[in-house]
Amino acid sequence: MDLTTTYLGMKLKNPVVPSAGPISQEVSSIKALEDAGAAAVVLYSLFEEQIEKESLANHYYTTAHNESFAEATSYFPEQIEYKAGPEEYLELIRKAKEATDIPIIASLNGKSLGGWVKYAHNMEEAGADALELNIYKLATDFNTDGREIEQLYIDIVKEVKKNVKIPVAIKLSPFFSSTAWMADQLDKAGADGLVLFNRFYQPDIDLDNLEVVPNVLLSTPMAMRLPLRWIGILYGRIDCDLAATSGIYSEKDVIKMLMVGAKVTQMMSSILKFGPNHIADVISKMKFWMEANEYNSVDDMRGSMSYMNVGDPSQYERANYMKVISSVKL
Amino acid sequence: MERKKVTIDGNEAAGYVAYHTNEVIAIYPITPSSNMAEWCDQWAAEGKKNIWGITPSISELQSEGGASGSVHGALQTGSLTTTFTASQGLLLMIPNMFKIAGELTSTVFHVSARSIAAAALSIFGDHSDVMATRSTGWALLSSNSVQEVMDFALIAQAATLEARVPFIHFFDGFRTSHEVAKIEQLTPDDMKKMIDQRLVLEHRKRGLNPEAPVIRGTAQNPDVYFQGRETVNPFYNVCPDIVQKQMDKFGELTGRKYKIFEYFGAPDAERVTVVMGSGAEAVEETVEHLIAKGEKVGMLKVRLYRPFSIKHFIAELPTTVKVLGVLDRTKEPGASGEPLYMDIVTAISETFNEGNLPFAYPKIVGGRYGLSSKEFTPAMIKAVYDELKKDKPKNHFTIGIKEDVTNTSLEFDASFSVENPDTFKGKFYGLGADGTVGANKNSIKIIGEGTDFFAQGYFVYDSKKSGSMTTSHLRFGPKEIKSSYLINRANFVACHQTVFLETTDMLRDAVEGASFLLNTAASKEEVWDTLPENVQRTLIDKKMKFYIIDAYKVANETGMGGRINSVMQTCFFAISKILPREKAIEMIKYAIKKTYGSKGEKIVQMNFEAVDRTIENLFEVAVPDAVTSTFNIRDAVPSNSPEFIKNVTGKIIAGFGDDLPVSLMPIDGTFPTGTTKYEKRNIALEVPVWDGDVCIQCNKCALICPHAAIRAKIYDKSVLDTAPETFKSMPFKAKEHGEGLMYTIQVAVEDCTGCGLCVEFCPAKNKREVRFKAINMQPQVPLRETERVNWDFFLDLPEWDRTELKVNTVKDSQFLEPLFEFSGACSGCGETPYVKLVSQLYGDRAVIANATGCSSIYGGNLPTTPWSKNKDGRGPAWSNSLFEDNAEFGFGFKLSIDQFNEQARILIVKLGDKIGDRLAFDILNAEQKNEADIRDQRLRIEELKVKLTEIENSSKDEDVKFDVINLLSLVDYLVKKSVWIMGGDGWAYDIGFGGLDHVLASGKNVNILVLDTEVYSNTGGQMSKSTPRAAVAKFAAGGKPAAKKDLALMAMSYGNVYVAKIAMGANDAHTVKAIVEAEAYDGPSLIIAYSHCIAHGIDMGIATRNQKAAVDSGHWQLFRYNPDLVAEGKNPFSLDSKGLKIPFKDYAYLETRYKMLTKSHPEAAAKLMVEAQDDVTKKFKMYENMANSSPNINQ
Repeated sequence: MDLTTTYLGMKLKNPVVPSAGPISQEVSSIKALEDAGAAAVVLYSLFEEQIEKESLANHYYTTAHNESFAEATSYFPEQIEYKAGPEEYLELIRKAKEATDIPIIASLNGKSLGGWVKYAHNMEEAGADALELNIYKLATDFNTDGREIEQLYIDIVKEVKKNVKIPVAIKLSPFFSSTAWMADQLDKAGADGLVLFNRFYQPDIDLDNLEVVPNVLLSTPMAMRLPLRWIGILYGRIDCDLAATSGIYSEKDVIKMLMVGAKVTQMMSSILKFGPNHIADVISKMKFWMEANEYNSVDDMRGSMSYMNVGDPSQYERANYMKVISSVKL
Repeated sequence: MERKKVTIDGNEAAGYVAYHTNEVIAIYPITPSSNMAEWCDQWAAEGKKNIWGITPSISELQSEGGASGSVHGALQTGSLTTTFTASQGLLLMIPNMFKIAGELTSTVFHVSARSIAAAALSIFGDHSDVMATRSTGWALLSSNSVQEVMDFALIAQAATLEARVPFIHFFDGFRTSHEVAKIEQLTPDDMKKMIDQRLVLEHRKRGLNPEAPVIRGTAQNPDVYFQGRETVNPFYNVCPDIVQKQMDKFGELTGRKYKIFEYFGAPDAERVTVVMGSGAEAVEETVEHLIAKGEKVGMLKVRLYRPFSIKHFIAELPTTVKVLGVLDRTKEPGASGEPLYMDIVTAISETFNEGNLPFAYPKIVGGRYGLSSKEFTPAMIKAVYDELKKDKPKNHFTIGIKEDVTNTSLEFDASFSVENPDTFKGKFYGLGADGTVGANKNSIKIIGEGTDFFAQGYFVYDSKKSGSMTTSHLRFGPKEIKSSYLINRANFVACHQTVFLETTDMLRDAVEGASFLLNTAASKEEVWDTLPENVQRTLIDKKMKFYIIDAYKVANETGMGGRINSVMQTCFFAISKILPREKAIEMIKYAIKKTYGSKGEKIVQMNFEAVDRTIENLFEVAVPDAVTSTFNIRDAVPSNSPEFIKNVTGKIIAGFGDDLPVSLMPIDGTFPTGTTKYEKRNIALEVPVWDGDVCIQCNKCALICPHAAIRAKIYDKSVLDTAPETFKSMPFKAKEHGEGLMYTIQVAVEDCTGCGLCVEFCPAKNKREVRFKAINMQPQVPLRETERVNWDFFLDLPEWDRTELKVNTVKDSQFLEPLFEFSGACSGCGETPYVKLVSQLYGDRAVIANATGCSSIYGGNLPTTPWSKNKDGRGPAWSNSLFEDNAEFGFGFKLSIDQFNEQARILIVKLGDKIGDRLAFDILNAEQKNEADIRDQRLRIEELKVKLTEIENSSKDEDVKFDVINLLSLVDYLVKKSVWIMGGDGWAYDIGFGGLDHVLASGKNVNILVLDTEVYSNTGGQMSKSTPRAAVAKFAAGGKPAAKKDLALMAMSYGNVYVAKIAMGANDAHTVKAIVEAEAYDGPSLIIAYSHCIAHGIDMGIATRNQKAAVDSGHWQLFRYNPDLVAEGKNPFSLDSKGLKIPFKDYAYLETRYKMLTKSHPEAAAKLMVEAQDDVTKKFKMYENMANSSPNINQ
């Protein structure tokens, strides 16, 4: 039984990779993921905006009242070793590399073009095996059109690729007018892989306090349908690797994603819900299914159910939608 | 090794040498010395080594007494040990200092000399503290300038090792400790050359060591103690020569030559002054000027004051001297003269008597100057020399004040100046929060280190903690700067805040042709019309150049927010042309990079951009020929204020306190209360505005307001007939106080500081637009006039009858008049809402003992006092004794009150038949448990006073008359008094803990309120034993490694102490209830109140969220322990919060004090956070167990 796969030019022992999330904030947790069988780990995202805001807040709150009152020229000790930048994250990369034998994929959410390049470079230097660019821009500005946003994504990929040697994957938003065109453009810009899709936190309303609040929910298995469709559509039609993420809970979810063409499947909600050993469980059940269904390797099944390889590709297109509606009516 | 030129202040200079030449440092923070210890703590954290290649050990103790004890211990075990202190701190060290000197121990204490609290506390500089140590046997070595501080710190260290006499090395608090000056820095090599390693080893060898045991510190009897004391004489006899020898050695090494007494002046001088400390610099400057005018004058600097060497003193005087004027910076009431004067008289007299005086016996007069950093200028110094010309110069004179009671003062011509015209002199007026002082310190460094100029900076702060004005005095020039006084001839004046135009005559000190830089939102075309008449007139009359910048616009556009430091600094360099513009900008940017580089690239870039954008926004404005303005600086206090307020308080507010004569000052430090209301500070940019339609009338806004600037009243509708047009009113929804009542929330917009806590704490949202609440912030200026009228109308509305209010509820407690209002506390202060609440509940019968600290400063610092009184003239009587003794001080109040009450009761019994048995019985048996009881008792006392007066007038019996008069003086004590003992955690957990513990154990009915900020707030964020584990504080830069002390649990262990832990922002109803229960408890009560603080590094405007999170996490448990419940068979302990709802870190990381550790020491932060969570969990579970245990838990 050959579970090995390749992703971003790296050979992985299986196609199960924990995606970026809170569990990878500690080396011990990363080690636990490896022990459970994870083929690689995508670290939680480093947010350039957060680094900036934290350093501004730290500066403001430690100095705002300085030199205001004769008895106290300051209120905090001088921060001699203050690390205003990504040092903590980079240290995590270094330590994760030391502690594990699996590839460590760093995840980055930049703010400025310069920030994307700088931090990507820092991550490479710290030993990351690959990068996942968590490009995220909620288009709320009435004066910015879609093309501008699309171009920004492309520019970021080009600049980062120009400045690092390690492979670069892009975690994609599902909200492009033309997902296929965008995927193609990112592929041409040099992306080594596309991760489908980024799932954004959506706000909620607290009725007791009349406040808009973040309400982080774990993804549900339903969420996997969207990446399943688009990986199926893109497989074989662009050069870069495809990774599936969102709503992947069971071995069957993994198998489905491989069948539509994913090189790897990324999971987080299920790990948060069931713990790292869920990975081992998925892998073992996957093997069982493959044996039962006489698949010798994951390569055997990859893309077998993709747009290119299914008998009726219209299932992936609008007709699919129409059929569902009509079947409900029946 | 080449010596660097550095631009530093006196504290850093002293700390630098002390750090390099010691192994152990034990300290306790006290102004103005704290920075010396803080520097050492920082260097130790950086791993800097002393001259022996080790990092000195730094420990913060619980008091100066503790610090000196540890110093004594470390010395006795052979370490080179030092400490830093001042004022009361030095006094607390005196017992150990006698021991250290008696044991001939080598050490140097570095003292930034400060006034001692007498009729009032003062943090500023004079020699009262060091003079109080004269009998300890310590050498006293005085530095006059920042350079001398560095040099003498080393000379003292070298001398003490050789002499075995311990040294106080002192310099003037603030004037020298905080003056920034360009000096030559000694190198470690210099220090190694000065410190004789053989002497170090001998010192170590004398340390206690069980390998060679001795006993030191015996008790001796009349037979030998005296002889033992005399054994040290030879050491003192040679000490002056040793110091001179070390000074000579130092001179060889560095080229700077000093003498233990040093004469400067004409070789044939006839009039010579003797002076010590920073004032000597100004005297030298003046003497130089007078000599140039042909006057035969000179001055003698006293450097080594103890041991006093008569030989050296006499030898240094010119033989032409005819009159000596001795200047003391201290006061010893009742003495035959101040100490330096007395020593000089003795020296001359003894030498004369021995026949060795090399000149005729001179006239000697003494005078006092410069107490509490009072200015000491060439004008005053010239007046002294002029006085010395007279046949009978005034003795025991004062200079620098108008002493019109016993007429000791000398007149002086304030216009006299000796300042070098080549020296640039700039004055900068800024707000504490705008970064002005920091920018100016930076500018001095840039000029000091980037040019050959000498540089000096001195900074004056006002005494408010919110909206405080800072004045920076900067001098630069090619000649050494000896002007140890404020600038009063400025050729550059900068006003960094437009609002100062309304209050301060900034151009008063500008010279002709000077430049004036104004930060204003007005354009070049409009600005002239925004200037008051006096500013316009001065600009024209003095032919000044006028520049403007909209610094806030530049700062906002570049992301700098309210920090205009880099913008104003760039303007200064652009206008002053001290450096070529390009060079200046390059150096500003270099300084920005150096200062902020480690704080994040974004911060550096923002500052760079602000600098770049400044020049294009800086404009010169042509000064018109004529004054057009019709308004002027507003009066400091309203014209209808009481006489004292107009003549004294108003003058101090206006900045003319220096001009007040002695006759106008209270003789014993007693001041009227309720004076903050006259000082309309208008510091808030935005103020709360009430929306009655949305309001649910809960009064939480009034409760949480730190400055009592929001008030609630209910009243009869009829009073609205005369209401101003814009006065807001709503029907009062609750019916418990009657039908048809009206309700108003009124804001004192001129007293509000604009913190926004009221908006945050308001629970009522506008349902149509949830961004609005029942109270919302709006710009202050458009509201000022109408709300001033509304406020006055509101104040005149009658107060609701206290006896009808349910005072143990949040809502009704806020219908009680606050008797603590408009303090100078920080905007958004977490302490003052509690203080104000106590004043509302008990202020009309409270006596308050207040520990030194934030609460004594915002509560008692001149010019005005927030403690107030009601329309009946009743209100809190308040006093501050010291930092360490506050519990005992308040305990004394209670003893006195009880004693008077008891005496009154005895007299009532004795006079019962004359008073009337019924009245006597009712008075003696009044329970006084609630407001109605108190009112009834007051009525009885009034009746009693009438009767007693009748008896006094009618009785022929002298004994009866005696008793009646006696009783009349005591009857007020028959109305129950509420004794409150207040202070911060530095007092309660650390320095005052012993006394607090004792008072708790006394069983006396006193109420102790601990305003727990978990850090020393007033002195700038030093760790206390209340500081929680994992929090960063000064002396805990790596996060406090130990858990917070559980003061409440300790108090509960007595079993008869009422104990409560409260957090108003988390549960206001609990806060009110606990305070009412505590006061009602007939025994000691301890209330520990969570007080958010600027030293937490938080947004003060939303800090009630932090309080809530602190409680939800379980870090701050809410509970009450009421011993009265035991008698009812109930558990006295009630846990009133549900903790452990959120992880501790979810609370902690809302605050910079915790969060910063994750960026500086991430591994330590992670470890400490785990331990801190463990502390919280275990402690909360323990309290849960207590709450669920049997009632006899502590029995």
